Amino acid sequence: MNTNSDLLRIEELRYTWPGESRPVLDIGEFTIGRGERLFLRGPSGSGKSTLLGAIAGLVRPDHGRILFDRTDLGSLSNAARDRFRAEQLGVIFQQFNLLPWLDVRANVTLPCRFSRSRARRAGNVAAAADHLLDAMDLAPELRAKRADELSVGQQQRVAAARALIGKPQLVLADEPTSALDSDRRQAFIELLFSQVEAAGSALLFVSHDPDLARDFDREVSLPTINRAGVAA
Amino acid sequence: MNLLGLALRSLINRRFAVILTILTIALSIALLVLVEQMRSEVRDGFYRSVSGTDLIVGARTAPIQLLLYSVFGIGDATNNVSWQTYQELAGTSDVAWAIPMALGDMHRGYRVMGTSDALFEHFRYGDRRALELAEGRAFDDLFDVVVGHQVARQLDYDIGDRIVLSHGTGSTALQQHEEHPFTISGILAPTGTPVDQTLYISLPAHRAIHIGWERGTRMPGAEIDPDQARERADELHPESVTAVLLGLQTRAAVFGLQRRINDYRAEALTAIMPGITLQELWRITGLAEQILRVVAGMVVLAGLLGMLTVLLTTLNERRREMAILRANGARPWQIAGLLVFEAGLIAACGIIAGVGLALLAQALAAPWLLTTFGLHVAVSWPATGLWLVLGGILGAGLAIGLVPALMAYRRTLADGMQVRM
Repeated sequence: MNTNSDLLRIEELRYTWPGESRPVLDIGEFTIGRGERLFLRGPSGSGKSTLLGAIAGLVRPDHGRILFDRTDLGSLSNAARDRFRAEQLGVIFQQFNLLPWLDVRANVTLPCRFSRSRARRAGNVAAAADHLLDAMDLAPELRAKRADELSVGQQQRVAAARALIGKPQLVLADEPTSALDSDRRQAFIELLFSQVEAAGSALLFVSHDPDLARDFDREVSLPTINRAGVAA
Repeated sequence: MNLLGLALRSLINRRFAVILTILTIALSIALLVLVEQMRSEVRDGFYRSVSGTDLIVGARTAPIQLLLYSVFGIGDATNNVSWQTYQELAGTSDVAWAIPMALGDMHRGYRVMGTSDALFEHFRYGDRRALELAEGRAFDDLFDVVVGHQVARQLDYDIGDRIVLSHGTGSTALQQHEEHPFTISGILAPTGTPVDQTLYISLPAHRAIHIGWERGTRMPGAEIDPDQARERADELHPESVTAVLLGLQTRAAVFGLQRRINDYRAEALTAIMPGITLQELWRITGLAEQILRVVAGMVVLAGLLGMLTVLLTTLNERRREMAILRANGARPWQIAGLLVFEAGLIAACGIIAGVGLALLAQALAAPWLLTTFGLHVAVSWPATGLWLVLGGILGAGLAIGLVPALMAYRRTLADGMQVRM
């Protein structure tokens, strides 16, 4: 495998939560290519939250390396990892993505408040937010509303716009469609794909639902690569 | 990085709890400021009233009692100073001036004082200021009365108005000196001292209205006719005065003279230096002030703890909010900073509102103090010392903000990406 083309490369990663005897993660190798759309299938309890935390630099592994753009996250200081996350990652959670007391636009531009380079890449931050909200098919009259006045589906699209603002290199999506009706899921994934492509970002999409895996570049099963073998 | 904007929006979202917290702190701060302000203002007011007087002489009594009944009209004298002693005092070589005070009459709740022209000439208050007549003149006719500023204002009196004095002080002032009506000849300019609450008549007039009252009540037929009194004005003088204010030639003589008066053989007298007696008075009231201060301090502490409670309660609800901020690039210290900023802002708003409330309360209480004690209480800016205390309270508020901030800091580190509910 050509390591230079990998955006993210995980080698011999092991992590045990404090106070636990068995590791939750034990991964020999895991990679994401630049601009790759990767579907990571994992039931709840398979260690996916911990893996996402490790990739986001929020969980420091006990052993092994996480190379992001050839930088070992483990070698970075806490402050540097915070900066890395703010600059390079977009995150979409299962639900409760938005600050309820902020309006939609302010929610989308939130990462630009914490990272100057993110704001710089976005250019005109307000225009970039509007552009992404357009692309995510969110009606203009909703944008000045408080986030908690939106439906769950609308909130997830706002979250996707936020994850993409300022073109991060990697978008982490943790079950982003599980709160949506089944007929909305495919539409959401299609919108997400088109914008991830437009931003040139890679996408790590985690879900327990194999039906969603269809259009991804690659599919990886977490229980298969995680030797810790946590019971589902 | 517009973190403050985020903090403000978050606060606005929780405005009811936040406003209530600010109100709690504001009330506690108002109490603290009010106690402190009133204390210093009342003290200033008392000092201002006696600042120009070197000695106050009365019959043998407790110094504080003499000070309170002579200058401030609080309580009554049990004994008087004989006329002869007064004249001797006035004639002493160290004495520059002597102002006699003959009390015992009232007019519609205000004190009536028999005195001499020395009052207008020599009495000093505040920064060595003399009394000024806003209108009219001092005593001319025997039954002339000069009224203090508040008396004229409250009772709506003008020059030339005729008034009747009541015999006795306080609630005992039931009998009227109606056979000797007085004419208002002068109205004094405001002084912010008990002078404003007093009516002044001459000593001969004081004597004239009490002829026939030697037993404490009127003896019908024994009174002196006003015109008769005017003819005899030169020879009329009271048998005694309540107290005498003395001004000395040199301040250095004050201790010697005080001792001589206290040792006076012909009559049992008490001479006090008003400033020193006030100090004694403050020593007595100091305990009560100290208790008030402690209570006010406790209330402030309760207010700050209330803020801590609110911040900690919301911390659980806001755990999700913090995870979102963290996932979007906020650093743990920034999240902790948001909470410290919140605490600081709440404390600062509380302090500002509290000082405002205190000044308002002071403004509202001022007229009552003026009419009740003749004390002029200015709505004054808190002193530097008080600002330092308030600054300390703000610091305490920030320090209290560190508690939820540290908890949030540790949680954001421990929670990682998970949004735990």
